[in-house]
Amino acid sequence: MSVKLNTRQVGDVTVVDVAGRITLGEGSSALRDTMRELVGKGQKKILLNLGDVTYIDSSGIGELVSGFTTVTNSGGQLKLLGLNKRVKDLLQITKLYTVFDVHEDEGGAIRSF
Amino acid sequence: MRENKHHVPETVERLLDSTLESVESAEELALSVAQRAGFDDDDLMKIGMAVRESMVNAVVHGNRYSAHKKVRFSATHHDGRFAVRIADEGEGFDFAGLPDPLAAENLMRTSGRGIFLIRSFMDEFQMRHLEPVGTEVTLVKYTVSK
Repeated sequence: MSVKLNTRQVGDVTVVDVAGRITLGEGSSALRDTMRELVGKGQKKILLNLGDVTYIDSSGIGELVSGFTTVTNSGGQLKLLGLNKRVKDLLQITKLYTVFDVHEDEGGAIRSF
Repeated sequence: MRENKHHVPETVERLLDSTLESVESAEELALSVAQRAGFDDDDLMKIGMAVRESMVNAVVHGNRYSAHKKVRFSATHHDGRFAVRIADEGEGFDFAGLPDPLAAENLMRTSGRGIFLIRSFMDEFQMRHLEPVGTEVTLVKYTVSK
C-alpha cells in the first residue's frame, strides 16, 4: 500500500490524516501535492495526523520539512500528531523532533493552534 | 533478540533495473535474508531502511533512473555477519563533500539525510569508487554485538 490522505476540518484547523507509506515516489509526492494545495487555498492551521503511517524514509522526512517551511513561510502553522516509535525515532535521530510541534492527542493539538 | 537457529550461510544476488520497483525488491530480499539470520524486529526495521536508502542513492543519484544502467545487489549472512552490497554505474561523487544533515545550516534541507541514516542504523558502512565507473556501498550488521 502506498499512502492514503484524508483531509477534514475541525473548526479552523485542517487535519490531514495520513496512512501508509511516505516514501520516495507516490507516497511523498501525494503528501507534497496535498500540502501545496492546502497552502494555495490559504489554510493557515494544518495538523498532520501521522498515527497510521507505517513507514517513512528520508524522502518522506524531507517532505515533512518542506511542508513545514512552506506553511511557515506563508504565515501559517504546521503541527504533527500521533507519531509512532519509528517516525519519532527518525525525527529524533535527525534532530528534527524539536523543530516540529508534536502532539499525542488530537484535542490538545487543535487547542494548541 | 530472536535465537538464531539458522547457521547455514546464505547469499542472494540480483542484477536490478534502475527503478523504484527495484528499491522495493532489494529491501524485501535483504529483509528475507536478515530475518533468517535471526535479527529482531527493531534491527529488521533498521536494516530495511538502510537498504532502501542505499538503493535510492544507487537508482536516483547514481544511475539516474537510466534504463541502460543496472544496480548490482547482494545480501549475505555468514557466521553472525550480515552484509549488503549495492553497486551502481554512475559517475560517482565526492565522499568527503557530503554535508552534515545535523548542522544548523542544513537542518531544514529537504534532502541529504540518506547516508547519515544508513550509518546510524548499520554497524559498518563503507563506500568505494569502482573502475571504470560506479560506486559500491557495503552495509554490515552483526547478529551479536561486536
